[in-house]
Amino acid sequence: MNAIINFASNLIRGVSSNKDVFKFNGGVHPRDHKAESTTRPIAKLAIPEKLILPLRQHVGYIPKIKVQVGDQVLKGQMLAEPEGTVSAAIHAPTSGTISAISEEVIPHPSGLPDMCITLTPDGKDTWGQLHPIDWRHTDKKILVDSLRESGIVGLGGATFPTHIKLHSNGKSNVHTLVINAAECEPYITCDDMLMRERADEIVKGIEIVKYLLGAEKSIIGIEDNKPEAARAMSAACVSDDMLVKVVPTLYPSGDARRLIHLLLDIEIPHDKRSTDVGVQVFNIATVLAIYRYFEFGEPSISRIVTITGNVHTPQNFEVLFGTPLESLVAAAGGTKQDTTHFIMGGPMMGFDLPNEHVPITKAANCIIAAAPGLFAPPPPAMPCIRCARCADACPVNLQPQELYWFAKSDNFEKARDYNLFDCIECGCCSYVCPSDIPLVQYYRYAKSEIIATDKAKEAADLARERNDFRLARIEREKLERAQKHAERAQAGKTQAKVEDASANKSEAESTVSSEATPSVNDKQAAIAAAIARAKAQKLSSAPANQELAAEKAEATNIAKTPEMEAAGLSVNETQVKQDKQALIAAAIERAKAQKLAAAQAGVVPKNVDNISASVQAEINETDAIREKAKLSTDNKN
Amino acid sequence: MNRSPYITDAPTVSAIMLKVLLALVPGIIAYVWIYGGGILVSITLATITALAAEAALLKIRQRPIKPYLMDMSAVVTAWLLALALPPLAPWWLVVVGTFFAIVIAKQLYGGLGYNPFNPAMVGYAVLLISFPLIMTKWPAPLLLAEHPLNFMDQLNYIFSGVLPTDIKVDAITSATPLDYLKTQLTLKHEVASIIESPIFGMYGAKGGEVITGAYLLGGLYLLQQRIISWHLPTAFLAALATISLAFYAVNPTHFANPLFHLMSGASLLCAFFIITDPVSGPTTPRGKLYFAAGVGVLTYLIRVYGGYPDGVAFAVLIMNMCVPLIDAHTQPRVFGHKKP
Repeated sequence: MNAIINFASNLIRGVSSNKDVFKFNGGVHPRDHKAESTTRPIAKLAIPEKLILPLRQHVGYIPKIKVQVGDQVLKGQMLAEPEGTVSAAIHAPTSGTISAISEEVIPHPSGLPDMCITLTPDGKDTWGQLHPIDWRHTDKKILVDSLRESGIVGLGGATFPTHIKLHSNGKSNVHTLVINAAECEPYITCDDMLMRERADEIVKGIEIVKYLLGAEKSIIGIEDNKPEAARAMSAACVSDDMLVKVVPTLYPSGDARRLIHLLLDIEIPHDKRSTDVGVQVFNIATVLAIYRYFEFGEPSISRIVTITGNVHTPQNFEVLFGTPLESLVAAAGGTKQDTTHFIMGGPMMGFDLPNEHVPITKAANCIIAAAPGLFAPPPPAMPCIRCARCADACPVNLQPQELYWFAKSDNFEKARDYNLFDCIECGCCSYVCPSDIPLVQYYRYAKSEIIATDKAKEAADLARERNDFRLARIEREKLERAQKHAERAQAGKTQAKVEDASANKSEAESTVSSEATPSVNDKQAAIAAAIARAKAQKLSSAPANQELAAEKAEATNIAKTPEMEAAGLSVNETQVKQDKQALIAAAIERAKAQKLAAAQAGVVPKNVDNISASVQAEINETDAIREKAKLSTDNKN
Repeated sequence: MNRSPYITDAPTVSAIMLKVLLALVPGIIAYVWIYGGGILVSITLATITALAAEAALLKIRQRPIKPYLMDMSAVVTAWLLALALPPLAPWWLVVVGTFFAIVIAKQLYGGLGYNPFNPAMVGYAVLLISFPLIMTKWPAPLLLAEHPLNFMDQLNYIFSGVLPTDIKVDAITSATPLDYLKTQLTLKHEVASIIESPIFGMYGAKGGEVITGAYLLGGLYLLQQRIISWHLPTAFLAALATISLAFYAVNPTHFANPLFHLMSGASLLCAFFIITDPVSGPTTPRGKLYFAAGVGVLTYLIRVYGGYPDGVAFAVLIMNMCVPLIDAHTQPRVFGHKKP
């Protein structure tokens, strides 16, 4: 059946002209707007008056600051060292003085400030001591370890620390190195220009990475809307195991999994990494940075940035990290009159920058000056008419119209079942939606909700585990006591029983001794224990219903004192309150976990305080996120 | 804030609906040629009723009226229903059917995008059950009629039910070929002799074939514009052809040939305009095939064994019910996943 469908689909779509290329489902063809910024060569942007270097420029842990305010630093000097495995260093992009270590607004979708090192250049641009490495004659492990100090991260936009991708533990099975030069997002041309102008250096970088990975061959994937770049790269590739492959222009062919499929016909299983199938992917600018690090000892201090859109002279610049956006904008001839704001990244996956003063970071491949004429504000969303154009466009072959329905109705379990987490947020679905529904925002919202819930569940599980331990301990202590009791009973009857009663009384969390000897003193001991337990539970935890009922009956039967009754009452009150909290906690757990919890709650009192303290915060957070997402994506008129 | 993508390239809902209306125009022109201008009156009546009902319901439901009226989906429903009704249907029949389609089948379920059933087919089914006599009496094509009515006569008849003095109702109406075939078969006549009747044309109904051909033209335009996917019409027509061929092969004296079924009744209107309603249909490619094939088979069975001459409306409604099930069981394989 499927074969017939595929055959018919291909017939209608027209069979792909390039048989070397293995197409994925969907994709879109936005106007590329690349010609605007490729007419001028890459220019070096002058050193600005100050450089703001966010510590968080990469995926992973933030690095540890090594300098203090007032320190003189040289160009290339490490300002912050990587901490933990997944982390990257920050280096001084030029020589100067550390003028501040403070929170500044960083280029991030949240628009929130984060810790930054501010460097005031001295204008001399003096390099510190550089240590080039002869990579051909050095142990691979030493090379990869030294990369940890380089500050190099994936410059395609993912900003994953590069040394981790090369870390092999000596048993690398990567056979193919894929160089991602697809640059499928409209407007962005930094990789294109880099290939046109520095193909030789890039090829050397590819050789280094190939050597480090132990790969047999490397394939450079370039979209067919960059013929100059493809020609330059082909000319620079001299060895036989390096191949330039031109792929049809189709967004999002630059997505790593899509590109690997396009080039190699390998579909990476959703729960595996590319290295599991023997493929590793590097961006073109990253390999260049690796080359410059080994050849000249230069750490990662600058990158190529496309400044385009509503500026007078769109162009690519080599920009020092930390350069304020306004300097770059000025270099591009300033903005045209109706510019409203700036977008970092491309128009398909980029985000609004909070202001013009944010620094250029390692992730900044492109800055687009936005204007209503370029990016019209979206019209109000209409209802989904289930036309399934989104499903036709989805490169992951998801069913966006179903995911939207589930996300909108907060049916997150179902969204997860329909593989929400395979969504790469490429925006193809929104791009083709006739109803202008902000689909990607719905998916981001659903993902964040699910992650928050999972975290809360994890916290609840931890609390339950702790409680189980506590109950086990109580049980153990009870047994030990019972044993002791029996020993003492044999030793001296009257003396032992008095002691036992007082011991029970002092033990706040004790339960009634199961051992019941038919004596008056024992009964008194039981009463005392009941009082103690009632008080203790009023303070710490609510008993399960059965136990409460039994206890209440016990309390009213045995005790007549007003103090006792009051204790029983307040237990009842806290029970109600804490039951409510328990309900909230239970509601956010998954059905399976709920069953388990119910089974446990039937036997043991639930330590609600333990959960509510940690979980309540999570619930509040979840509610806050939900509220926010509702506001931002509300299209229910 | 992250509100990408900033760019879109999609026709609006209104544009899609307008193209559907445009694709219906050849069919309407053919209709006027065959049955006279009365259909234009029905279409106008249905359109006005649909827009008024939609506006009123939107107001009651406190929804913005203009954007939802401008989406043109109500007009599409109105036109499809008007085209499905017999020409010269009395004005109140059109109004009642359209009102039911828009108010009950669409707005009360939540409006555009939320109706589980095809509104036009709900309207049609309600009329067929409530007024079977009017719904199965079709006027003879103008070229066959003994006394062809002019436009003013038709207008008069639609609104007042009065015919020119010298004409009787029986003189202008007759059974449709599907209906005629069915009744004649029960009288033990053979197919070959039945289709000798003048109401039969080359393949289907005389005159009706022309309209059917015009629908095909409009349908091909929708395919070319990528408003509809090839899955639905292909699977529907293939299923209808296959099942009628199977019956025809077994007993050609008792069952009409596949071409007759393809060219008769609402087959092609259904293939390109009715089962292609995205809201009440399935969304997965495989689901569309199953859905359309189901409609094709049910249409045939209802035509041959059911109580009504044409089975399209009920077949579509029955398959609408199966849509959630079909969608759930035809999820395509996600990239990087094994077969579901």
